[in-house]
Amino acid sequence: MPGAAFQLTERDLEDFATGAWILGTGGGGDPYFSLLEAKQHLAAGRTVTVVDPLSLPDDALVACVGQMGAPLAKQEKLCDGDVIASTIPMMEKHLGRKFDAVMLWEVGGNNGFQAILSGLILGLPVVDCDAMGRAFPQADMTTFAICDLPAYPWTMVDIRRNSLIFTEAENWTWMEKMTRRVCTVFGASAATCKAPRTGEEVKRGSCLHTLSWALSIGRTVRAARAAHADPIAAVVAAEGGLVLFRGKVTDVMRRATDGWLRGRVTIEGLDGDQGESMAIDFQNEFSVAWRGDKPAATVPDLICLLDSASGEAIGTETVRYGQRVTVIALPAPAILTTPKGLQHVGPRAFGFDLDFHSVFPARSA
Amino acid sequence: MIRIGIDVGGTNTDAVLIEAGAVRHAVKTATTADVMGGIVATLGRLLAESAVEGRAVGAVMIGTTHFTNAVVQRRGLARTAGIRISLPAARTLPPFIDWPADLRAVVAGPTFLVRGGYEVDGQPIAPFDADAVRAAARAIRADGTRAVAVTGAFSPLNADQEEKAAAILAEEWPEAQVTRSHELGRIGLLARENVSLLNAALGPMATHTVAAFRDALAGAGIAAPLFITQNDGTVVTADEAAAYPVRSFASGPTNSLRGAAFLSGLDRALVVDVGGTTSDVGSLVAGFPREANNVVEVGGVRTLFRMPDLLSIGLGGGTLCDPADPNRIGPVSVGFRLTERARVFGGPDLTATDVAVAAGLVELGDRDKVAGLDAGYVRAAVARMHAMIADAVDRMKSDAEPVPLVAVGGGAFLVPDALPGVSEVVRVPHQGVANALGAAIAQVSGEVDQIFRDLPREQAMARARELAEARAVRAGADAGSLKLVEMEDIPLAYLPGNSLRVRARVVGDVA
Repeated sequence: MPGAAFQLTERDLEDFATGAWILGTGGGGDPYFSLLEAKQHLAAGRTVTVVDPLSLPDDALVACVGQMGAPLAKQEKLCDGDVIASTIPMMEKHLGRKFDAVMLWEVGGNNGFQAILSGLILGLPVVDCDAMGRAFPQADMTTFAICDLPAYPWTMVDIRRNSLIFTEAENWTWMEKMTRRVCTVFGASAATCKAPRTGEEVKRGSCLHTLSWALSIGRTVRAARAAHADPIAAVVAAEGGLVLFRGKVTDVMRRATDGWLRGRVTIEGLDGDQGESMAIDFQNEFSVAWRGDKPAATVPDLICLLDSASGEAIGTETVRYGQRVTVIALPAPAILTTPKGLQHVGPRAFGFDLDFHSVFPARSA
Repeated sequence: MIRIGIDVGGTNTDAVLIEAGAVRHAVKTATTADVMGGIVATLGRLLAESAVEGRAVGAVMIGTTHFTNAVVQRRGLARTAGIRISLPAARTLPPFIDWPADLRAVVAGPTFLVRGGYEVDGQPIAPFDADAVRAAARAIRADGTRAVAVTGAFSPLNADQEEKAAAILAEEWPEAQVTRSHELGRIGLLARENVSLLNAALGPMATHTVAAFRDALAGAGIAAPLFITQNDGTVVTADEAAAYPVRSFASGPTNSLRGAAFLSGLDRALVVDVGGTTSDVGSLVAGFPREANNVVEVGGVRTLFRMPDLLSIGLGGGTLCDPADPNRIGPVSVGFRLTERARVFGGPDLTATDVAVAAGLVELGDRDKVAGLDAGYVRAAVARMHAMIADAVDRMKSDAEPVPLVAVGGGAFLVPDALPGVSEVVRVPHQGVANALGAAIAQVSGEVDQIFRDLPREQAMARARELAEARAVRAGADAGSLKLVEMEDIPLAYLPGNSLRVRARVVGDVA
């Protein structure tokens, strides 16, 4: 039985931003600017309705939007909603057909807001699902790729309204390669409408109810803060997560390779982890957490770095020496931990010669 | 060299004279309505009591809460215009977008978005629209607004468009006082613009305040250079401070922590500063305050400053105690009216100071006035205050190992001699004027945060250091004494070739 549709309130937007930033696992960009813009739209009387993917007719046509690029570029150019919204009519023109709704490409970080902004601006309902269930650095690390759904067509627009349509790609890896190259030319940021999906494909090939997931995490954090309780403990309890480590950042090593920010954060233990250390490798997002030379958690389990006091997420571009942090793991959506899923988003997809062993035993592959 | 440090607080104006790195004399006077008259009087007393002539003073460092108070209290701020050079990017969130409505109502003047700015890789977003800037300058002149902030996308990477815009403003509106955002630092358009707008809004008041400080020095017969303390515990010349008042926002707590480091000789410790209304707990790392993780808001405006990580609790010397319940303490305080309101001074209110006097923790006022307090009540109330401080200290601790705690401030007698997790409570002479002392010992700093392209990492870092050193020297540092205190490099994702964002900070002694 699908859940009822609901309208997002200003408070929902704030809670979604908090939850989405945690689900970003270090990447995806801070949702602050898009949150501000979404609030402006609400204040101007625009509304956005969230619908349950299970309520979609099989032949519904669903747009899937997201921003590409470096979070740093967006810190200066911001992230105007009408640019992302413009990718949708462009795709409609190409297809010769109108969309019935828009879904999230990536719930983690700032990208979930791109669907919400598109919904606010174009009046399209937003479908409560995404193609990652978190944040990942590449287009071939999506449930659509895992389900072997077509990777094309894509529309892609920059702030100047330079635009392209990628009409065909052999597979998701090629689409990723082509679009990333263009993204660089556009100034390290671009708005995209990914391959359109039918209602049937959305129900079969996406992470369901992830907008609600982020919303509920944000609400947990808000409630804990209001009660002067520990927001991290509250999130871990509510989401069946696990505290991996508490400590203080003692080193951050970053290097830019092939268009990604790769590197490693080292944390010295405090409290119960006194005398131990944890290192977390990242490629835009956190991929593998190490205790000594043993992996403590790997993708696709979510590895989230949070400010120990506020519970706020910390990104791989902003983490720095001296921060007091708590590393938590959250369970990944089941589709990511299937054997086919792990081919796309397991440790080997990130270049680590490791098998995936979930920190959540029931889900272990 | 003889140096004087002054802390102008809401309650007290403190001054300390140091010579050859040692405290020679300190005075504490009540801040008067006529702040400058108070400074002249304080300086006069300090010099007379230490038998030093004004012309023997080598430098004066002032720490002030004037600028941050102006923002928090929304007074003395100029109506300010904003020009953002970024179109077609950054259109939907205009200047002042995330300001509290009451502050926006006071400060927000006309705003303009024009074409231009840079991409992260240095290519222009669009050609710089000089005509639009000229039209904006004329409109700002017609509006009569003098304070103007100019913010260009990626100006910390390439400042030439902000410079061009400032030159056009100078031509079209010679009375405009222009803040260019790249002078204030970091990547992050909205936060950098916020800081620039605040800086422009504070401009006239800062100019006036610094001139008044100079007059006060002249009035006391001191001709030495004047420096103003900044958020990071260092100082800049008075002219720099007048041009960039936002950099002096958090100097109060910073100075107190730096003063505690100096007085105790410890460079790694927790510090509790017990004032009249609150106790602030901070942490010293390498002799400087540990900075807060979070985005810092000033008067409700998001900025990109790094501020000391402080935990404030509502317990100070003037905090009210409920005579019926020893566990009900604060957060209301009689503040600077302690000497009228507290029982030991003949007043009607029971304050933390009264309880401390009754318990024999300090001698102040007339002890007989609190002799009637029940001994059980006094014991329980003291235990409660100690528990409040112990809890705050514990929350600020980041090491499991015991660390020393330095107790400073006028109400330091409220700090217990032993606390869990604290190796030793360090009490120091002159603890009541730690703020002024922190100002007196401050060094001069220079900082850059910039993106370098197509330079090997070592060369980029060397270049950043040179730029930071040049800034420090311009700010009044002795070039021979400069030391690198922070260097951070971040390779940038998504860019071809070698792009590296480098942040460098150097400090040196006052020249």
